[in-house]
Amino acid sequence: MYAQMVETGAKRVKTLEEMSPEERAFQERIDAEVKIEPKNWMPDAYRKTLIRQISQHAHSEIVGMLPEGNWVTRAPTFKRKLQLMAKIQDEAGHGMYLYSAMETLGADRDEEVEKLHNGRAKYSSIFNYPTLNWADMGAVGWLVDGAAIVNQVVLQRTSYGPYSRAMIRICKEESFHQRQGYEILLTMMQEGNEAQKEMVQDAINRLWWPALMMFGPSDADSPNSAQSMAWKIKRHTNDELRQRFIDQTVPQLEFLGCTAPDPDLKWNEERGHYDFGEIQWEEFYEVIKGNGPCNRERIETRRNAIEDGTWVREAAVAFAEKKKKQQAAA
Amino acid sequence: MSQWTLFEVFVRSKHGLNHKHVGSVHAADAAMAIENARELYTRRNEGVSLWVVPSAAITASSPDEKDPLFDPSEDKIYRHASFYELPPEVGHM
Amino acid sequence: MTKYDDLIEYLLRVGDSAVVKGQRLCEWCGNAPALEEEMALMNVGLDLIGQARNWLDYAAELIDDGRDADQLAYCRDERAYRNLLLVEQPNGDFAVTMAKQFFYDAWQYHMLQGLVESSDERVAAIAAKALKEVTYHLRRSSEWVQRLGDGTEESHQRMVAGVEEVWRFTCELTVGDEVEQRLAEAGVIPAPEAIAEAWKATVSEVLTAATLTVPEEARSFYLNGRNGVHSEHLGILLAEMQFLQRAYPNATW
Repeated sequence: MYAQMVETGAKRVKTLEEMSPEERAFQERIDAEVKIEPKNWMPDAYRKTLIRQISQHAHSEIVGMLPEGNWVTRAPTFKRKLQLMAKIQDEAGHGMYLYSAMETLGADRDEEVEKLHNGRAKYSSIFNYPTLNWADMGAVGWLVDGAAIVNQVVLQRTSYGPYSRAMIRICKEESFHQRQGYEILLTMMQEGNEAQKEMVQDAINRLWWPALMMFGPSDADSPNSAQSMAWKIKRHTNDELRQRFIDQTVPQLEFLGCTAPDPDLKWNEERGHYDFGEIQWEEFYEVIKGNGPCNRERIETRRNAIEDGTWVREAAVAFAEKKKKQQAAA
Repeated sequence: MSQWTLFEVFVRSKHGLNHKHVGSVHAADAAMAIENARELYTRRNEGVSLWVVPSAAITASSPDEKDPLFDPSEDKIYRHASFYELPPEVGHM
Repeated sequence: MTKYDDLIEYLLRVGDSAVVKGQRLCEWCGNAPALEEEMALMNVGLDLIGQARNWLDYAAELIDDGRDADQLAYCRDERAYRNLLLVEQPNGDFAVTMAKQFFYDAWQYHMLQGLVESSDERVAAIAAKALKEVTYHLRRSSEWVQRLGDGTEESHQRMVAGVEEVWRFTCELTVGDEVEQRLAEAGVIPAPEAIAEAWKATVSEVLTAATLTVPEEARSFYLNGRNGVHSEHLGILLAEMQFLQRAYPNATW
């Protein structure tokens, strides 16, 4: 999940009786699965939470370009290079679809990006891990995009119209990302040499747990989930989605001929689900707090890009204004 | 404040169809907005024509006016062809 | 060094230039001055890498020694690379990048317009597809050169410096060699003089509109991308791009 631990500001969910008439009408609209559109009345907390969630999601797409950018100059063949470039480009695009949805709530993109750069806004923990071999490009596509898709598919039904429409567009485009990642790994496992097979297992070993952390803390430690679910900006709990992801991923892992770095991972006939080991939540919280392996570098890269580009953006504005004046004078 | 202007983007996906709103882009001017929209919204062959409009130039109807604006047309069923019954001998019309 | 026949030499020149330019654009990933430019730069890069593959596919077929386009791109050393010196130059700031891009786009545009008429059908077909892409590239880079040249005081200074930085490498865009003369006589490629004239006209028009001075014609000696005598930047660029193919020879990816 690209938006983890989104603060709602609500201690508990209000009942319909406790709400003002406006808020009740709003909640009933959501309960009836009617989309909320930009100009509709909405509680301030809903607006703020959505801005936080959508911007977090958008930031994740943009920061998420960096671990792949680390390998785009080293992709091994024309085909792989073209695929990776197209995928990175989609990520920039998805970031922009999401910022665009966020701006319909009255938020300003530059201001929200500034919050990312000064550490006040979060983005998905997963992008703070380094990509260390070519198989990471496969594992990122398969596991990271795979985990994101599990979440995004349900968000297509989210209550806010522009967010939902952005999600639909993103899901449609993203279907190639996961397949492209899996195919990279499959090629290396089935046609590769020993060194390549080792790369694949190594990538899975490093990225498996961080991918599971993408869904956010366990339900017991997710105080904001209830409100987000009542507003239908979150449609399933973290643990439900994590379980869904594991259940669909393990058979693919087995097909690859690889293993997960989790001795407790096994099928539970009774539950009809895979059991899995305890996630190292201390690590997750460290990464969220900014102490992950690459947090500093990621933010620094983004900040430098925008700061170093200031003169370019200013020049474009100055030029546009000059032209406007010239046209008016003509 | 954003340095670049926000533009709303409309794409005509095929000849013969209307332009449809798809989202927005930031750009310094309209020419750049067209290019940015092209990169963002037509990467997969989605369009044959683009419109961009500064978001600030759009006037939207207010949700409060929904009833007076749109409900009155609800009962004017005589505007629909199915309202008129003709004998079958007349044939297709 | 192996000496190929003229058409192969030429295909390597255009193909290598496109792959090297595409690689330089990949380096902008995550560092562009605006999110919109992330998309745009990557899009141009994607087009160029695609074009490079088409040219090198054809070159590989003609060379016919068992190597494919990937092996040509990923397993040749810098001395065997035939790209323009211009495209291997480091990105610098956005002004340097746009100066390089514009000079290259203008050259590609005029060259491809001629190649569409090539007596070699395969060349004509590859060029026709590339021309559509490059027409857009040229439009974009021309606009940026004007925005930066005629934008703010700072952007103007940077654009002046950017043009100055790479201008000396444009010499190769305006002077053909014997290989190109022979191909032009055979109707395979347009006359180098014609491309040079058209290139100069476009450059002069855009730089002037951008309030920039058109420098005197570039001169060069010794360095010659077409003969594989490159600046020192190319070797490093290739070392990065070719890493996996070099470290794991004959592996399937």
